[in-house]
Amino acid sequence: MLGYILKRVLATIPVMAIVAIFVFLLLRLTPGDPAAILAGDAATPDQLERIRDRLGLNDPLYIQFFTWVGQLLQGDLGTSLISNTSVSSMIGNRIGPTINIALMTILISVALAVPMGVIAAWRHRTWVDFLVMSFSVLGFSVPVFVIGYILIQIFAIELRWVPVQGYVSPGEDFGDFFVRAIMPSLTLATIYIALIARMTRASMLEVLGEDYIRTARAKGVRENVVLFRHALRNAAVPILTIIGTGFALLISGVVVTESVFNIPGIGRLTVDAILARDYPVIQAMILLTAGIYVVVNLLVDISYSFFDPRIRY
Amino acid sequence: MQFKSKDFSEAERVLKIRKLKVGLTGRPDAAPVLNEIDLDIRAGETHCLVGESGSGKSVTSLAVMGLLPKDALEVQGGLIDLEGFDITAATHAQMRELRAQRIAMIFQEPMTALNPVLRVGEQIEEVLAMHTDLSGSEAKARVLDIMDQVHLPDVERIYRAFPHQLSGGQRQRIMIAMALVLDPDLLIADEPTTALDVTTQLQILKLIAEMQERHGTAVLFITHDMGVVAEIADTVSVMQKGRIVERAPIRQLLTDPKEAYTRKLLTAVPSLGPRMRRDGDGAKPVLEVAGLDMTYGGTGIFRKSKAVHAVQDAHFSIAPGRTLGIVGESGSGKSTVARCIMRLIDPTGGEITVSGKEISTLGRRALQPHRKSLQIVFQDPYRSLNPRWTVARSLCEGPINFGVSKAEAMKTAAELMELVELPRDALDRYPHQFSGGQRQRIAIARAVAMKPDLLVADEAVSALDVSVQAQVLDLLADVQKRFGVALLFITHDLRVAAQICDEVLVMQKGKVVEAGPADEVLLHPGHDYTRSLIEAAPGREWDFANFRALTGAPLTQGATP
Repeated sequence: MLGYILKRVLATIPVMAIVAIFVFLLLRLTPGDPAAILAGDAATPDQLERIRDRLGLNDPLYIQFFTWVGQLLQGDLGTSLISNTSVSSMIGNRIGPTINIALMTILISVALAVPMGVIAAWRHRTWVDFLVMSFSVLGFSVPVFVIGYILIQIFAIELRWVPVQGYVSPGEDFGDFFVRAIMPSLTLATIYIALIARMTRASMLEVLGEDYIRTARAKGVRENVVLFRHALRNAAVPILTIIGTGFALLISGVVVTESVFNIPGIGRLTVDAILARDYPVIQAMILLTAGIYVVVNLLVDISYSFFDPRIRY
Repeated sequence: MQFKSKDFSEAERVLKIRKLKVGLTGRPDAAPVLNEIDLDIRAGETHCLVGESGSGKSVTSLAVMGLLPKDALEVQGGLIDLEGFDITAATHAQMRELRAQRIAMIFQEPMTALNPVLRVGEQIEEVLAMHTDLSGSEAKARVLDIMDQVHLPDVERIYRAFPHQLSGGQRQRIMIAMALVLDPDLLIADEPTTALDVTTQLQILKLIAEMQERHGTAVLFITHDMGVVAEIADTVSVMQKGRIVERAPIRQLLTDPKEAYTRKLLTAVPSLGPRMRRDGDGAKPVLEVAGLDMTYGGTGIFRKSKAVHAVQDAHFSIAPGRTLGIVGESGSGKSTVARCIMRLIDPTGGEITVSGKEISTLGRRALQPHRKSLQIVFQDPYRSLNPRWTVARSLCEGPINFGVSKAEAMKTAAELMELVELPRDALDRYPHQFSGGQRQRIAIARAVAMKPDLLVADEAVSALDVSVQAQVLDLLADVQKRFGVALLFITHDLRVAAQICDEVLVMQKGKVVEAGPADEVLLHPGHDYTRSLIEAAPGREWDFANFRALTGAPLTQGATP
C-alpha cells in the first residue's frame, strides 16, 4: 500500500511538468499585455517598454520559463504583475472560503444524493424513482446562477432566514459561517446531487440484481440492511469516483457562485487575474487545480480498497 | 448401484405444495410458468427436481422461499404449506422470520452468491444477528462450530476471509454453513454443485448428505444432472414446461420410467464408456505442440510478483479428422492451452506448429494469414456472438476479411445454415432470437465458414442441456466428417469427452499427467488423478440409456459396438 502511494506520488511529477509547460505557453500565446493594463490608457510606448523590462516580459520565452520553474522548485509561486504581492499569499488568503464552501457542498450532496439514489433503485419504476429522476433532470438543466438567485429571493429576501451575501470564516464564528455558507453550498450542490443520485441509482440497480442480494434476502435479512450493508458497499466504487471528480470540479468551478454570493474565494481571484493578464497568478491557479485533481484522484483510488477488499495495491 | 430410497411414509411431512400456479405478474390469462404443481417432502427425505432449463425448477424453489421477482412473477393460485403454515399468504415480516429458521437455501454459484465485500464469518453471523438474541461471543462460537461441522479447515482464519480468498468448494461449504446454522426443517439446494469441479462436487454432495443425516433436514434438490440424481435422491419429480410430468422413487424412475419425456432425458445422458476406436490414417498432423509453457507474473518493476505456471511443458499433436480432448478441472490450464494455440495470448515458451508453420512467436501481422486455419467455439453462446449483428454479418465477417467476395460469403453462409439445420431466414435474425443450442450451432457455423484446419471447442457444450448437448456433439462430428477438420475439444466433463474424443489428455495444475487413446485412458487410467476424476463422476455405475446398472467392469459398456 505504501509502495503504491509512493509510486502514485512519483507519477504526479511528469503530470505536473506537462501541465506547467502547457499553461506557460498557452498564456504567452493568447493576446493581451499585462504591461498595458498596468500602465493604464495614458501610457506612452516608452513607459510601456520600461514596465515590460521591469517585469521581465522582454526576456526570451525560455528564460522566462526557467526563471518561473526555478522559483517554483524553491516553493515560490512568484509575484503578481498587477498588485505586486506574492502569489502564494494571494491564494492563501482566498483558498479558505473556497475549500470550506466546497467541503460543505460535497457533504450536503452526498448526504442527500446517496439515500435518494438508493431509494430510487430500491423502488425502481415507481413514483419515488420517477420523482428522484425528475429532480435529477432539473438539477442538471437549470443554470447555477438561476438557482442561486431563486434561493436568495426566497430565503434571504422573502423569508429573511439568512443573509443575502457575504462570508465569515468558520474559525471566527461557526454559526455565522453556516448561515452564510448554506445558500451557496445548496446552489452548488444541486448539480452534484443530481449527478451523484443518478450514479448511485444506476450502480445500485446493477448490484440489486446480483446473486448475493438474493442470498441476503434468503437469510431473512431486513430490507434496510440488504440495501445499506449488502448492496451499497458493493455499489460504492463508481459513486466514489463521481464524488471525487465532483469535488475537484467544485474547487475549480466556483466562479459563478462566488460572484453571486460575494464570497472572497479563489474563483473570483482567478477571474480578476485572467482579465488583467496577471500571468503568475493564472499559472499558479492552474497548477493548483491540477494538483488538487491529482490528490483527490489518489485519495479516491485509495478509498476503493477500503470499500472493496478485492482491490489491493 | 446403491440407491438411497427409504420409506418415508411414516416421517413427518415438512412441505406440501398443492396446485401451485405461478404466472407473469398482472397477467393471469397468459400461459402459466408453473402449472398446478403438487409436491411433498418429508423430514429427512431428499427430493430431486429435475428438468431442462426453463422447465420451472428454480421458479418452484423461489416460490417456496417467497423470493419470486415480484415485478415479473407472482403466485396465482394453489397452496404452499410449510408444516401447517401457508407461505402464499404470509406477510413480508412472517416470511423473513421463516427464512433461515425454517427454510434455507443454497445456490448454484458460490462465488456470486456470497457478498464479496463482507468477511464470510460475518455473513454467517448475520443470520444469527437477524434471528436470535445471542451475544457477540456466543454467536461467534456458534459460527465457528457450524464452520467446523462443514469441515472447513482452520476455521478462525477462514472466519476472517473474504469470499475471493477461498476456493469454490470452500465457498459452497460457507453457503451450506450459512443455510444450516439455525437448523432449518427444509433445505432448498438449487444446482449447488453445477459450478464445481467433479471431485469437489462429490465432497459437497457427501457433506449435504451428512448434514441431512445429522439434523434430519428435508432437502429439495434442484438439478439437471441425472448422475447427481442417481447418487442422492430418495424421490424424483421430473419437470417439463412448468408441470411435474412424473414422480417416483429413484430406483423406479431409473429402471422403469413411465413418461416419454423422462425416457428422453435419461437416454440423452452420455455414457462414460468411450467411443469406438477409430484408427488414424497416419496423415501428417495439423497441429503440433511441443514444450508449451505459459507463465504469468514473475516480473515487476518494483518487486517481483509470484510466478504462476498456467501451463508447463505440454506436448501433443492432432491429425486431420481426429479429435483430441483435453480434460481437467478448473485451473488445470486447459483453456490456457487453447488460448495459446489460438494465439489469443502469447505463450512464454515452446513451439506451436500449424500445418508445418511454427506460429508461437509470430507477430501480429505475420500471424494474420494463419488465423484463418485456426477457429474456436466458446462455452457461452449467449456472449460469444455480437448481439447487435445479424447472423449473416457474423458469418460473413471472417471470410470477407480474407478476401472472399460478399456474394460468395453470403452463399457459403446460406449453405452453412443448412449444415447446422437452421432455416435460411435465420441469417437475417439476431442472436437473441435463438435458443442456446441454436446459438451454439451458429457459433459453429461461424467457425466453419473460415474453412479452418483446426477447430478448437472450449467447453462448447457445457452450458447446454443434455439433450441439446447430444445434438451439438453430433453436429461437431458431422462437421469433422465432412471437412476433415481436426478438433481440439476442451472439457471438464468426462462423459462428453468419452463421446467424442479419439485421444485424451488429462491436465492437472498446468501439467499433462496422462495422455493416450480415449479408451485406454478412460478404461485403464494410469494416473491417480485420472482415476479420481473418473471415480468422482456421479452415477457412473448406472447405464442411464438402458435403464439398468452397469455390470462387470463399469466402464467397458460403451466400448463394445
